[in-house]
Amino acid sequence: MDLFLHLCVMIIIYIIFAMSLNLEVGYTGLFNFGHVAFFGIGAYTSALLTLQQVPFELSLFIALAMAGLWGFLLSIPSLRLRGDYFGIVTLGFGEIIRMVFQNEVWLTRGPMGLPGIPKPILFSYRFATLPQYLLLTLGFAALTFLILRIILRSPFGRVLRAIREDEVAAEALGKNVFFFRIKSFVIGSLFAGLAGTLWGHYTTFISPGDFTLLETILVLLIVVLGGKGTEWGPVLGAFVLIFFQESLRFLRLPAEWTRYLAPLQQMIFGGLLIVLMIFRPEGLLKEKGRGSNAGN
Amino acid sequence: MLEIKGLSKSFGGIHAVSNCSLGLKDYVITGLIGPNGSGKTTLFNLITGSIPPDKGEIYFKGNRIDGHLPYKVAQHGIIRTFQLTRIFPKMTVLENMLLAPLHQTGEILWSLWVKRRRIRDEEKAYRERALGLIETVGLSHLKDQFAENLSYGQQKLLELGRAFMADPKMILLDEPTAGINPSLIRKIMKLILKMKESGKVFFIIEHNMGVIIELCDWVFVLDNGEKIAEGKPKEIQNDPRVIEAYLGV
Repeated sequence: MDLFLHLCVMIIIYIIFAMSLNLEVGYTGLFNFGHVAFFGIGAYTSALLTLQQVPFELSLFIALAMAGLWGFLLSIPSLRLRGDYFGIVTLGFGEIIRMVFQNEVWLTRGPMGLPGIPKPILFSYRFATLPQYLLLTLGFAALTFLILRIILRSPFGRVLRAIREDEVAAEALGKNVFFFRIKSFVIGSLFAGLAGTLWGHYTTFISPGDFTLLETILVLLIVVLGGKGTEWGPVLGAFVLIFFQESLRFLRLPAEWTRYLAPLQQMIFGGLLIVLMIFRPEGLLKEKGRGSNAGN
Repeated sequence: MLEIKGLSKSFGGIHAVSNCSLGLKDYVITGLIGPNGSGKTTLFNLITGSIPPDKGEIYFKGNRIDGHLPYKVAQHGIIRTFQLTRIFPKMTVLENMLLAPLHQTGEILWSLWVKRRRIRDEEKAYRERALGLIETVGLSHLKDQFAENLSYGQQKLLELGRAFMADPKMILLDEPTAGINPSLIRKIMKLILKMKESGKVFFIIEHNMGVIIELCDWVFVLDNGEKIAEGKPKEIQNDPRVIEAYLGV
């Protein structure tokens, strides 16, 4: 039962993480390869603050603000670049942030990580047990889903999709592409920070090794597998992939096999991505509106 | 309306537009012709801010607009179409249209939370207008299709409709009839004339002389980035400089 609840919590945290990336990749067409940085900023900020006895409500707020702020600061120079160049800058940013976690020992205790992160207390209710934590993450996931849905179904979201489709045409229709992209990026970073915060307080121990490029790839895979640019794609993708990843962990395999498990898992992810790109590039769920060819 | 003074733009050693001055006075439909590579599209790109000019000034209704970014120029009321159509492929025909109106309340993030009713009303009004225009350009049966599923001619119609939807003061059309069959050309011309009645002003790049003669009140001729002639379409047609530029005789 605990295993099942653990799985659910992990899946839901990754749903939030994936939804935030879907806003950028799926709707705005921003290929962000450093998304884990904001997950990490959220996790570290909230962990450091709560370890200093700052109440959870406040540290959560500051964690989101920090993730959003760094998203904003990164977006100003990087969003002036196009496509692949933007991807490379975000990739670099992800690594820089990980290096900061690793080397600023005075703040983050470096590779030793931060143990003993307290369970969150929200409005004097302590979310300590697994079912309670599940409820907490579920609440935040629902909130994230609703907020993003309102944003993406609005004319604002329509402009984001237009920018993804053709930025020159969007600009020619009077849309300030740069500003819209910044907004999308900041909102995405903010919700990645939320996912990171929830994750940090769940595992109660974080270290720089948790925020590698692999995490970004995993969440990117969730978005692509689920169907980028769809409301439910990240949800479905997270279910499939996190279920797969976490259940491998609990397989009763002979001891001498386990050391092959981690690399094998990455190989499977890589293979999955290739197969997906060839046979179903739009993911499990498609954007609606695609019909048969209308012809003349 | 639109006043261009001494505009120049070079790419490397090529003078795409050199010391070009045009004044679009109160003509309703102005044509811009010239052989390939004469700088017509570059001139459009300069007007709409896609590329900054090296020299010269552009005024629109008395406001200086050169050096403005494209979205600023569009907000001044100049909307363009592209030589190769630029529709939003993975958005429906209706969504393509709904994008066009300027200054939508629902495009401002914070108003999504505080002005929900106003956004809903606005959206409803735009929707009605868009459906009307889709009907006018004859794409009603395709309104919920992704724009990528449309044929080339239909995409041209959609782009034209989208430009009308933006309700601009001036519409720049870059070869609206290129690569299109004669019956569709007639349809596009009819649309332009219809919009002309509703008070829109056009500036059109076109190679098809039949279209130019039928539609335009005034024509400018470019060659090698310079204006070599201007006048009424009938006069232009017989101007020796124009014939030389076009036919090389």
